[in-house]
Amino acid sequence: MTAIRPGSQPPVAAPDRSVALIVLAVISSALLLISQESSWLARLPSALANFLKNPLVASLVLTFFLANLLFAYRWKASLWAKLLVGGLSLFLILPWAGRDNTSVLDLAIQIGIFAALSLGLNIVVGLAGLLDLGYIAFFAVGAYTWGIFGSGQIGKVLTYFKDNSANNGPVVAVGGLVLLIVTALSLRAINRVGGKRTPVASWAFLLAALGLVIGVTLLVRGLVMLAAANAAGLTSGVNPNFFWLFLILAIAAAASVGVLIGLPVLKLKGDYLAIITLGLGEVIRVLANNLSTYTNGSQGITPIGSASVPWFNSLAGAIGFTPDQYSLFFLYFVVLIIIAVIILANMRLDRSKIGRAWIAIREDEIAAQAMGVPLVQTKLIAFATGASFAGIMGVIFAAKQGFISPESFILNQSISVLSMVVLGGLGSIPGVILGAAVVTILNISLLPSLGEATASLNLPPQVNPAQLQRLVFGGILVAMMLFRPEGLLPSVRQRRMMHEDDDPSGNMTPQDSLAGELKPENAAEVYSPGVATRADNERGGGTQ
Amino acid sequence: MDFATLAPFLVGVVISGLVLGFVYAIIALGYTMVYGVLQLINFAHSEVFVTGAVVGFEIFRVLNGVEMNGYLKLLLALIAAMVASGLLNILIERLAYRPLRNAPRLVPLITAIGVSLILQDLIRIIEGFQGRFDLTYQLPTGFSTPFCGPESSCAGVGKFLGGIGISLQIKEVIVVLVALVSLAALNYLVNFTKLGRAIRAVAQDRVTAGLMGIDANGIISLTFLIGGALGGISGVLFGLKFGTVNAYSGFDPGIVAFTAAVLGGIGSIPGAVLGGLVLGVIQNLIGVTNILGGALNIANLGVIDSSYQRIGAFLVLVLILIFKPTGLLGRSNVEKV
Repeated sequence: MTAIRPGSQPPVAAPDRSVALIVLAVISSALLLISQESSWLARLPSALANFLKNPLVASLVLTFFLANLLFAYRWKASLWAKLLVGGLSLFLILPWAGRDNTSVLDLAIQIGIFAALSLGLNIVVGLAGLLDLGYIAFFAVGAYTWGIFGSGQIGKVLTYFKDNSANNGPVVAVGGLVLLIVTALSLRAINRVGGKRTPVASWAFLLAALGLVIGVTLLVRGLVMLAAANAAGLTSGVNPNFFWLFLILAIAAAASVGVLIGLPVLKLKGDYLAIITLGLGEVIRVLANNLSTYTNGSQGITPIGSASVPWFNSLAGAIGFTPDQYSLFFLYFVVLIIIAVIILANMRLDRSKIGRAWIAIREDEIAAQAMGVPLVQTKLIAFATGASFAGIMGVIFAAKQGFISPESFILNQSISVLSMVVLGGLGSIPGVILGAAVVTILNISLLPSLGEATASLNLPPQVNPAQLQRLVFGGILVAMMLFRPEGLLPSVRQRRMMHEDDDPSGNMTPQDSLAGELKPENAAEVYSPGVATRADNERGGGTQ
Repeated sequence: MDFATLAPFLVGVVISGLVLGFVYAIIALGYTMVYGVLQLINFAHSEVFVTGAVVGFEIFRVLNGVEMNGYLKLLLALIAAMVASGLLNILIERLAYRPLRNAPRLVPLITAIGVSLILQDLIRIIEGFQGRFDLTYQLPTGFSTPFCGPESSCAGVGKFLGGIGISLQIKEVIVVLVALVSLAALNYLVNFTKLGRAIRAVAQDRVTAGLMGIDANGIISLTFLIGGALGGISGVLFGLKFGTVNAYSGFDPGIVAFTAAVLGGIGSIPGAVLGGLVLGVIQNLIGVTNILGGALNIANLGVIDSSYQRIGAFLVLVLILIFKPTGLLGRSNVEKV
């Protein structure tokens, strides 16, 4: 396994960098705290204080501080040093710095949200190899799930039905329920009759799926009509403590939409799948825009509440947060917990039976099917799992922003998330998180602050850096793909596949591929870049 | 609205949908040509097309005061836009796609998205320095007058067309004519010349084509030149049809045109045209659904307004792809193990 290829360098043991790590962490934490605390800044000499107050410097300091977490993960250092740096940074320094300047916490939450989205998309694109360009739709589903119920919107919906509908709520609800049961049963029956052939494409199955949609719609409508009498009690949304319930509900809702979108399109491959998912994502956005009875249309829903835990609030109060910042402080910790769970779930999924099935499908669908992998089920689970991560973060997003509108869920966001995944390293969990962090920091912190910092230079407004997000972001994407297509923190196998040509001996040596696949310590890395390399027997059309 | 008025109304809607469809078709050809040889969704094509529209705008602007035949101006604008967009497309291929020829499929796709973002900002900056954002076409006089209007020499024809619901402006007729000429030229080039045969060979199998003595890289560049030139033409046509473009206005028609290309069967040239025409008509029909609903006394159709136009395009695509997974005219390829 450790055979050294001719011409390659013998492995050099990396020096232990515990001390360097801690020193850097201390310096960057001190810088961050000083630059964010106005009372400490006031005591500094004014030149230095002004320098630190410069938005660009402040943003760089924050980036430097966050980079510590990366160092803690990457560097060879003793475990206690890593845990100390990571734990203190996340649980103490960052919330502390956020006390005076909540944009720090805001950025951290945003990074968490996008990291979760990227991890979810990584399952669909990276593991299962299904290119999804409409991923943000699931995020929208989660956000609207809480947005509607956590604000006065639900009261408005109920009032609308109270004023506008006859008293046929029970009929509609029962009708919807019956339709739902009948179609669900027939779906099952069709699936059984279909047997070994993929039944998904048959028109009977589609018809049944349509029935399912109509059934759910009718049921919901009926329930809303039934509940219309309670409109008065819900003018400011449901009790904020239902937030926890809605975290679960959003997962369920997003996963169901994932299955629903997945069902009709599973037969399609590659670019066809990409364009259809793109389209269905747009459909969700336009629906959010147009079903204004429920979503308040393009004006969006505001204000959206958030849960609060009394003892947590008093804790926040004790360390100097003002009451209006409690929810941000609280959500920051909720995000940390959710992210931890999601990372854990991802690591377990990678090594599970279903994870292997996804990889098998991605590498070769026909071979996977021949090996007994149920294609439909496996792909649907990939869609649903990916969607559920987006759904739960949608709730957090709605609670954090307090405002959602269809504008937050445009196609560019889907593309953004996809580029986070590819930028970080498709299929690599730490890579994907890093990608999310880099893109988010760039978009929310660095570029706007660069704009502010250069405001005094009187640049023409056209080249104001704050306006150049597309240019910079696009440039980074192109440069990354040209010079490091495997991403920032690629998985082992992916790096090898991308750099086959660099190897002087030609192809991957058997040792290489074995090292990537069979060694137990590499078990997490047993997959290669998302979509298989272009094979000549895969052509879609050809110019006629 | 009774049938006697509804029928001409519908004919009019379909005809103007076809005009729109020709613009989509030419854009879609740019996507499909590139996809045919590289199996790459060229996301930057929407900006290549906007570049054409901007160049066309600049030509019309510079020539605005000049005494010159309007059609000559149009020809100049078309040629300039073709050259600019074609060269831009070659440049993009050389810099962003060629180094990634053997990379996994997702990699050039991401590069294409990156190039698209870069170009959007570049166009905005370049036009921004002259204090412009929304570029309104300064068309030669006469382009916006009705085709065969009451004052013209062919008033009789106009009257007849008006009777069956067709009322077109000169510029819309120009759009259709230019599109038809480009289609004919493309058809000739691809199907009846040696170069065209080389393009088809590369599209079918790049490696084998190379073994047969075809310079595959050269042919790919040529395909990008043709695709870009078509993008330039469609940019000018878009400007003629809608009157206004800006740096970001490539996105929507780009998505619809790509949908059209997929709908027709991506990689297929007649498919792209058919897809574009179908989508153009469907979009226009969706745009008037509320009027139709009122005419036919169907309640609830009124909620479907023009914001559903893009959704309608996608739903049609979903439906067609479910039953014909390779598009309307795409070749179905049996996968072999």
